Amino acid sequence: MSTAALEPKTEKTFRKVAIYGKGGIGKSTTTQNTVAALAEMGRKVMVVGCDPKADSTRLLLGGLAQKTVLDSLREEGEDLELEDIMKEGFRNTLCTESGGPEPGVGCAGRGIITSINMLEQLGAYEEEQDLDYAFYDVLGDVVCGGFAMPIREGKAQEIYIVVSGEMMAMYAANNICKGIVKFAEAGGVRLGGLICNSRNVDREADLINELARKLGTQMIHFVPRNNDVQRAEIKRQTVIDWNPECEQADEYRALAKAIDENEMFVVPTPLEIEELESLLIEFGMFN
Amino acid sequence: MTLLRHTFDEIKPRKALTVNSAKTCQPVGAMYAALGIHRCLPHSHGSQGCCSYHRSALTRHYKEPVMAATSSFTEGASVFGGQANLLKGIETIFQVYDPDVVAVHTTCLSETIGDDIPQIVSKCNDKGFIPEGKLVIHCNTPSYVGSHVTGFANMVTGMVKYLSTSTETEATRYNVIPGWVEPSDMRELKRLMGVLGLDTILFPDTSDVLDCELDGERDFYPDGGTTIEDLRATGDSAATFALGAWASKPAGEELESKCGVPTKHLDLPIGLRATDRFIDAVRTTAGIEVPTELTKERGRLVDVMSDMHQYLHGKRVALVGDPDQLVALSEFCADLDMRPVYIVSGTPGKAFEHDVLERLEERIPEVKIANGANADMFLLHQWIKQEPVDMIIGNTYCKYICRDENIPLIRHGFPILDRVGHSLFPTVGYMGAMRLLEKILDAVMTKQDLESDEEKVELVM
Repeated sequence: MSTAALEPKTEKTFRKVAIYGKGGIGKSTTTQNTVAALAEMGRKVMVVGCDPKADSTRLLLGGLAQKTVLDSLREEGEDLELEDIMKEGFRNTLCTESGGPEPGVGCAGRGIITSINMLEQLGAYEEEQDLDYAFYDVLGDVVCGGFAMPIREGKAQEIYIVVSGEMMAMYAANNICKGIVKFAEAGGVRLGGLICNSRNVDREADLINELARKLGTQMIHFVPRNNDVQRAEIKRQTVIDWNPECEQADEYRALAKAIDENEMFVVPTPLEIEELESLLIEFGMFN
Repeated sequence: MTLLRHTFDEIKPRKALTVNSAKTCQPVGAMYAALGIHRCLPHSHGSQGCCSYHRSALTRHYKEPVMAATSSFTEGASVFGGQANLLKGIETIFQVYDPDVVAVHTTCLSETIGDDIPQIVSKCNDKGFIPEGKLVIHCNTPSYVGSHVTGFANMVTGMVKYLSTSTETEATRYNVIPGWVEPSDMRELKRLMGVLGLDTILFPDTSDVLDCELDGERDFYPDGGTTIEDLRATGDSAATFALGAWASKPAGEELESKCGVPTKHLDLPIGLRATDRFIDAVRTTAGIEVPTELTKERGRLVDVMSDMHQYLHGKRVALVGDPDQLVALSEFCADLDMRPVYIVSGTPGKAFEHDVLERLEERIPEVKIANGANADMFLLHQWIKQEPVDMIIGNTYCKYICRDENIPLIRHGFPILDRVGHSLFPTVGYMGAMRLLEKILDAVMTKQDLESDEEKVELVM
């Protein structure tokens, strides 16, 4: 395990964060709620949706109106302006969606590569954007090189994995860590922590804390299950937008603050599958 | 100065390095096969660069303009799939170039993103892009599998899958699948079948497509090529002779299982004994007698072999090329009492070594065989540096080794980029064997004339 601190926060730093995790774990929901909380704190944030379904910015934009980078590329050719593919959402967050092919055709991985290159070319990451954060919300299953694009050289330096106490979610998190190790060797990418998006599993916080410890990282926040999230989603809003006073909004504020103040960035130590299983047995899942 | 002066004789094990490989892309073969259909436009489903390379590879060898269309993939097509490009492509091709058939083959890119060609072609049909009586056929040709020979075999199999049909018609005709041979060879195979008196469908057939006459007219679609009607009728034939296990066997097997046409799998008829086996298979299958004309032709070959035996006996030869050619050539060389000691072929397949050794009948115990994607000219050169050969029979890429080592090169196979003749004069059949023999003798005897001591120069040889 090695720890690499980011540059000191004296000057304004631009942090690029990638969110990974098992499909359906709540990456997009968690990302957008956290981004909303960061925006509320006065941070300037850009969200890059890296999922062909293009639903990573829906809650920030109040609907799925976003025209994706790849749609624009297809319809208008390569002569695009940044304004064509970037929209302002909740509290001036900048929202962009890679998009991709319909299920069953084409190459979604190549789509991510194309669209991130396009964003760079168009200057989405330039200084004049004055960004504090860019968040990459990546499709759950990193099935090919394209989905690792956000953590390749010069892109996201910190990764948070959304996980729950369910076995397959933990299994996926462990797998993602294996990928991070590979890219960490070549570039500067580090794991910032696990975000537990609770599924009300017994002793879930203990379990994820222990998993985090074994991976050499931390559980950066435990987000309890709360149906307010779904209520807000139906309204196409983050909970912070929908009801700033509710308890769940404070949970996301806490997560945002933890990320903002995080200084623990590690190369993870992935577990062998037996080790992962024994962890589950230890915490009583298999009784 | 020697060109390949960095090649050293010490052979070190290599796993991840190929230097001057002995193969090229699958679509090159698929494109060549497709050109053997009458009024067919090959279509490359991928980026423009693939199509340009494959066209130029064929043009440089056959010295004829090779026409082919491309789906012209852009970044967008590689993300969203190539359906829109292929739809538009097929619509345009039929509107502007009016072929009878479009033969689509894939590329690495379209294979990797997983484009489903039959689904796209059926969409073309739904949209009415394919005019009445016209056809689109396809085959898959990922270049990270197999070689140009595999691509050829895949397209020929595609022809059978799409076109061969069995009806109630009486089986009177015979199919010949010639494999990847020259237009001249295809012409010669048709002549042989004609001499044997059989009504033959040869497919694919690139004679009169890639060996065209210059008469001041330019036909976008030359006269040659197997017609659609004939390709359909292959399903009604009495038998198929599939020549060459690598290029023709898959199509022969497909035709047998699809239409029940019995198939004889044979070697390419290069050399005396392989031609004998071919003629004999035709004779027994069709129940005919071999005409005197052919027996005399064979006799002339045997005569030259016998007359000139002293010049070839013990000559060490290296063979480079495609598997079907080399299986037959190695046997022919051994039959001439030459020693085919090094054999290099780029098309993967474990059967190759087995087939060659079987034809050599333990006559060449010292033979070294390199086969597959990692077989290369570098290794061949190292072998030659360790123990030289008297000649190489192979494609143009061998000429650098020949120049450095002062060895004659007898050009045979694909590609030949620097000489003519291959598309004009056959090397199959007895006539072809005579030509091959003449070329080998010419090379050996010219070298002897030029390099023998002055008191040993012979006037009469």
